[in-house]
Amino acid sequence: MLAVHELEVRYGRVHAVRGVSLTLAEGEVVAVLGANGAGKSSLLRAVLGLTKPCGGAVLFAGRDITRWPTSARVRGGLVLVPEGRRIVMTLTIEENLLMGAFHRRDHRAVAAEIADIYDRFPHLAARRHHPASVLSGGEQQMLAIGRGLLARPSLMMLDEPSLGLSPKLSSEVFALIRRLNKENGQSILLVEQNTQRALELAGRAYVLELGRVAMEGAPESILADHALQAAYLGRAGATEQRGDGRPTISVS
Amino acid sequence: MSAADPILRLDSVSKHFGGLRVVEDLNLAVRRGVRTALIGPNGAGKTTVFNLITGVFPVDAGRILLDGADITATPSRLRIGHGVARNFQNIRLMPHLSTLENVMVGQHCRNRGMGGVLQPVNLVPRNRWREAARAALADAGLIEYERSTVGNLPYGVQKRIELVRALMAQPRLLLLDEPAAGLNPAETEALQAQLEKICIGGLTVLVVEHDMHFVGALCADVIVLDFGRKIAEGSPEDIRRNPLVQEIYLGAPVAQPMERHSARSA
Amino acid sequence: MSGYLEGIMVLLAVNVVFAYGGFLPLAAGQLNLGLAGFAAIGAYSSAYLSNVLKLPPLLAIAFAGIVAGTVALIVAVPVLRTRGIYLALATFALGQIVQAIILNLEIVGGAAGYPVAAFIRLPAIAATAVVVVALVWLLFATRFGIAVTAVHDDESVADLMGIDVRAFQVAAFALGSAIAGVGGGLYAHHFSFIEAQYFNISLSITIVLYVLLGGTQTVIGPLLGAAVFTLLPEVLRASANWRYVAFAAALIVLMALRPEGLVTGAQLRRLLGLARTQARHAAVATALPKEPSG
Repeated sequence: MLAVHELEVRYGRVHAVRGVSLTLAEGEVVAVLGANGAGKSSLLRAVLGLTKPCGGAVLFAGRDITRWPTSARVRGGLVLVPEGRRIVMTLTIEENLLMGAFHRRDHRAVAAEIADIYDRFPHLAARRHHPASVLSGGEQQMLAIGRGLLARPSLMMLDEPSLGLSPKLSSEVFALIRRLNKENGQSILLVEQNTQRALELAGRAYVLELGRVAMEGAPESILADHALQAAYLGRAGATEQRGDGRPTISVS
Repeated sequence: MSAADPILRLDSVSKHFGGLRVVEDLNLAVRRGVRTALIGPNGAGKTTVFNLITGVFPVDAGRILLDGADITATPSRLRIGHGVARNFQNIRLMPHLSTLENVMVGQHCRNRGMGGVLQPVNLVPRNRWREAARAALADAGLIEYERSTVGNLPYGVQKRIELVRALMAQPRLLLLDEPAAGLNPAETEALQAQLEKICIGGLTVLVVEHDMHFVGALCADVIVLDFGRKIAEGSPEDIRRNPLVQEIYLGAPVAQPMERHSARSA
Repeated sequence: MSGYLEGIMVLLAVNVVFAYGGFLPLAAGQLNLGLAGFAAIGAYSSAYLSNVLKLPPLLAIAFAGIVAGTVALIVAVPVLRTRGIYLALATFALGQIVQAIILNLEIVGGAAGYPVAAFIRLPAIAATAVVVVALVWLLFATRFGIAVTAVHDDESVADLMGIDVRAFQVAAFALGSAIAGVGGGLYAHHFSFIEAQYFNISLSITIVLYVLLGGTQTVIGPLLGAAVFTLLPEVLRASANWRYVAFAAALIVLMALRPEGLVTGAQLRRLLGLARTQARHAAVATALPKEPSG
């Protein structure tokens, strides 16, 4: 579905992405991990076309979209839920959601999906006709995710969706992501600092370091790498006992 | 632990925005020198509380006392001089100032009057304010960025610069709004160590955070807000076990102990 | 020095002073479209002082600057309550009001204009320009410069950091207007004749353009902007009437390529940093081994 080939992104002197290659098959959840400044957000922005790469290619649904404008990519089903939300403050919550469905023609389905989003996020429902500026940071995140969902993406890219969310809301967002993938077969590319949660969700993961892919593979193999644990998971880490047999993180 | 007089007290504080009651009859106290967390679901009013304390908005009712002094009517500009400094949820550094100059903005409240305004900070090579700012940057491991344009720097670096800027005001109370957001676990631990080191001198820190590991490791007191009211307070362990807090905020009960370093005194 | 060359240099010096008059408010984030009005106040008050009270020209010009600055202080309080486009409109109106008042003041000639008896030449004018630039540079090398830029960048955070936003905005507005007044005085005492029609919105906009072109982020920006604006049309003089087209085209290209102006803060810091680093390297005889980065 998505193939990134030797992508290079530069901002002036800063070489943010250095020859990153990545694949994502339909129906997969792929996580991209790494420290701040590793190039994760730059990678997503380049895939969406917000930044022009200076090398490499991006292939989506079999077509080379490297030179496509962002609007064309979104119409083609490539959607980003950005870091920092990028909500239009002067529009109402409802209008912000409708922005997500801007290019869709099936109005009844859109209305049904909006109702569903209000079900999931009651905080948004309560203020649907207020300007989005009344929302707190975390609530804006919910709105951004709802907006992303309404674009009916073939591939949904999420840049740090749990940023600023309470543990409960984080869990709900991750549960939502899991549900979207398991029930709707939604393909998802997930950038997350919450390494533990991201690895629980993902089928495969890439770890970026200074703009390069330092490691890729199944979550278990990434967790087993001690050097990685030290760098990203810290000394303390967490030992979680989960009843449902999901992978845990252990610290040696 | 002795019942120290609080460095911050909110008495029956309320704030409405139009029809929305964001903070409702809120009473809270932050003990001097005790690292305290302010937690709660999204939309509970946490950042609004910070905005009320720093004077971004006036309260509709109630009082705010900082170290015993009633600052409820004090203009926002003067509150940093009273000893309360903060960072911002979305980093707000000045894009047209260098890193060093951004940090020097934090000194402004200590460098008052005409003499302060006309301090030749960028003229004389060994100006003491400039040197103090450079020393603070060096202390935080950020001196290599002193001349950089802040907008191009990595997110984590910008967050650290914002913290140094707040510390330059030499506050007695430091308000931190989600300081660990966007940091991976290793970076979060580094932040925790840095904050513990800073607090040795008696600084009180009030932190809004969602990372419960971080809160449990750093803070001795936790205050929980929901819909603009305080619904619980206590040690991190008390809060973890509180069923109401679990229901509205934590989601599934958190199995591991949150108070990893509880043996250490605040 | 030929009369023609002296004329160009005088114009350059006057434009430089005007440019710094526009720079002060812009550095604080405000657009003053009434600059020509303050230049007029300076021109007319200095002319009156030297014509009627027989003050030496430079002293008259200095006083005129103070007069312009004082008027600015008085109107700053209501005017600076407005923001953005409304501030631009309010200052525009201010400039129009000044023009209208002068047109009706028979004591300074009204619509017929006002001849100026005293005459100053390039050395005095250039010296005044140098003093103005030096004073602004010194001012911005103090905490004033940092505070004003902070106000420009983020008023609410500047306020929370303890900076008196309103005070700095008023100070920048008043100082800029005083400098514009000095520029007006210099103009009056060299071109020997002033009329209200000259101090119009077109002059205000042109001054603002000097600053925007040169860049509002550094103290040297307005100097460059004024220089380009004054000298480029002369350089293009050979192309006769096409020079205006060429000048306009050059401006558009420059703005498209460098919207932040010819000199940006980051650039200047890099240049200065480079100079310092090179000096340090030259001074150190042996290089230390490089530390591995963390």
